[in-house]
Amino acid sequence: MTATTTLTAPSAPVRPRARRSPAPAARRRAALHWIAVHTVALAAALFFLLPFVFVFLTAVMSDSQAMSGDLWPTEWHWSNYADVFRTPGFLDWWRNSLMYAVLGTLFTLCSSIPVAYALAKFRFRGRRTAMLLVISTMMLPPQVIVVPMYLVWAQQFHLSGSLWPLIIPMAFGDAYSIFLLRQFLLTIPREYLESARVDGCGELRTLLRIIIPMAKPGIAAVALFQFFYCWNDYFGPQIYAAQNPGAWTLSYGLESFKSAHSVNWNLTMAATLLVMAPVIIVFFFAQKAFVEGVTLTGVKG
Amino acid sequence: MATVTNNPALRRKAVRARLRTLGFLSPWLVGFTVFFGYPLVATVYFSFMHYNQIETPTFVGLRNWRYVFEQMPLFGPALWNTLWLVVVMVALRVVFGLGIGLLVTKVKAGVGFFRTAFYLPYLAPPVAATVAFVFLLNPGTGPVNDILGKIGISAPNWFNDPAWAKPSLVLLSLWGIGDLMVIFMAALLDVPKDQYEAAELDGAGALHKFRYVTWPSITPIVMFAVVTGVVQTMQYYTQALVAGKLASGVSIGPGSVIQPGYPDHSTLTVPQLVYSLGFQNFNTGAACVLSLVLFAIAMAVTTLLMRRRAGLLSAED
Repeated sequence: MTATTTLTAPSAPVRPRARRSPAPAARRRAALHWIAVHTVALAAALFFLLPFVFVFLTAVMSDSQAMSGDLWPTEWHWSNYADVFRTPGFLDWWRNSLMYAVLGTLFTLCSSIPVAYALAKFRFRGRRTAMLLVISTMMLPPQVIVVPMYLVWAQQFHLSGSLWPLIIPMAFGDAYSIFLLRQFLLTIPREYLESARVDGCGELRTLLRIIIPMAKPGIAAVALFQFFYCWNDYFGPQIYAAQNPGAWTLSYGLESFKSAHSVNWNLTMAATLLVMAPVIIVFFFAQKAFVEGVTLTGVKG
Repeated sequence: MATVTNNPALRRKAVRARLRTLGFLSPWLVGFTVFFGYPLVATVYFSFMHYNQIETPTFVGLRNWRYVFEQMPLFGPALWNTLWLVVVMVALRVVFGLGIGLLVTKVKAGVGFFRTAFYLPYLAPPVAATVAFVFLLNPGTGPVNDILGKIGISAPNWFNDPAWAKPSLVLLSLWGIGDLMVIFMAALLDVPKDQYEAAELDGAGALHKFRYVTWPSITPIVMFAVVTGVVQTMQYYTQALVAGKLASGVSIGPGSVIQPGYPDHSTLTVPQLVYSLGFQNFNTGAACVLSLVLFAIAMAVTTLLMRRRAGLLSAED
């Protein structure tokens, strides 16, 4: 940032009340304000970005250097990433995470969209109660019901040691997704539905032909949230998949990776970056939907 | 909906509408009953049973409840830690999130860069972020203490010091403030511009403008952030567990039992204790008692907060 931009920028904000060219004192104050704001912002940006930088730099250090206090790698060992991929199990964790996230997201969407539609657009007795129940489910810590739930999956269905006890329930509606989708569907004007009805569309046809195309941004946001939720989930895989390393996900495996390579911070940091990477790549491709979604959560608050 | 009528055609239509609604709701109705209602009832049932997950459960009355409240040494610390995190972490997250949100709305140059920079850490999966922070803050070779040492500040032992472990977790949670930043930013941009101009004409300073223009219009969002923050922090589990395990340096394979909450139970939260009782000690009864305590606190806190602001149910209801 050069001095010239600092001096020209303050005059940029266009005020509706046209003034004579601002007095020098006011201009100097605006310039100081500009500098202060951007200095604070840069300092904050360092706080948010430096952890990534240090993790990245450590990830390419040699084994011995990673154990020292050095900040900058003397040699760049890109092969650390290959070593991580060669770790037994790492590719399996990758596949399991992907399966959990993709199936979980698909199941959630298929089951939650009709429920959200009914809660947003149908008038029926008990609608308010149903909505309150959805919200209370959302608020409930998952640990409250995990013990009996585990016993059912392990003793009745013999599915412990796999991710299915996490994926199957998503085919029966997810409270948070239902809530967000409903909030989004409320914004679609009723007239669209009525004209569809006049044209003789059944409710299912209305949902498929009218609602879903119109709700695409909301659906995209919910899909992203659910994908990230599954990808990041640690508690679920710990409960159901811990006994069987073949069913571990990246999020669960990463911690044991650290334990197995307790002295090799470089490999652990490389693995850490590899767990972060897909989420961040998805974000850059779907940035707009994502930020819209986050705003959506707060919009009606 | 429809008034009771004797007209068979109308009544048939009403029944059809009812069935249609049930049809659309059916996935959730099944899910709510099977994956929420049943386990909640079962949790209450098991809280009165002695059950080690092998033999058949036997009724023991209030023994599990007495055990948890009177004898279990870790119950107190776990409850304290969870409440500490709920108060301190949520408060600091809201203040810091609002600060960063304000900052982003004030920045003129490089807006895209700053927004992305502030948002990115929120995306880091919790386990990965925790592993990264345990490395960054480790007292031996961590870059943070390295730099602090070079500029002559004697740095704490972060995750390895009982007094600093929870503040370190707070630091980690402030790093991932991106979600709150976006919500606050949207709220701040929604504040009507002409109100600021009116206040300026009245000669209001920055503080006055914040107090009398900004604050009243963003309180609903602040309230929303507090409620969701409390809900999330009640379930705080992954970061505390992973940080404790990794910082302890104990090599842990699957199934190995370690004392949770390293160092000195300072990171032990109630959800961790539920896990440890139910899945490591196979003390189903005590785990369920603790689950119900967590449930009661979560319900109490959220109804208290929601009553002040019932906005989660929007105007259409």
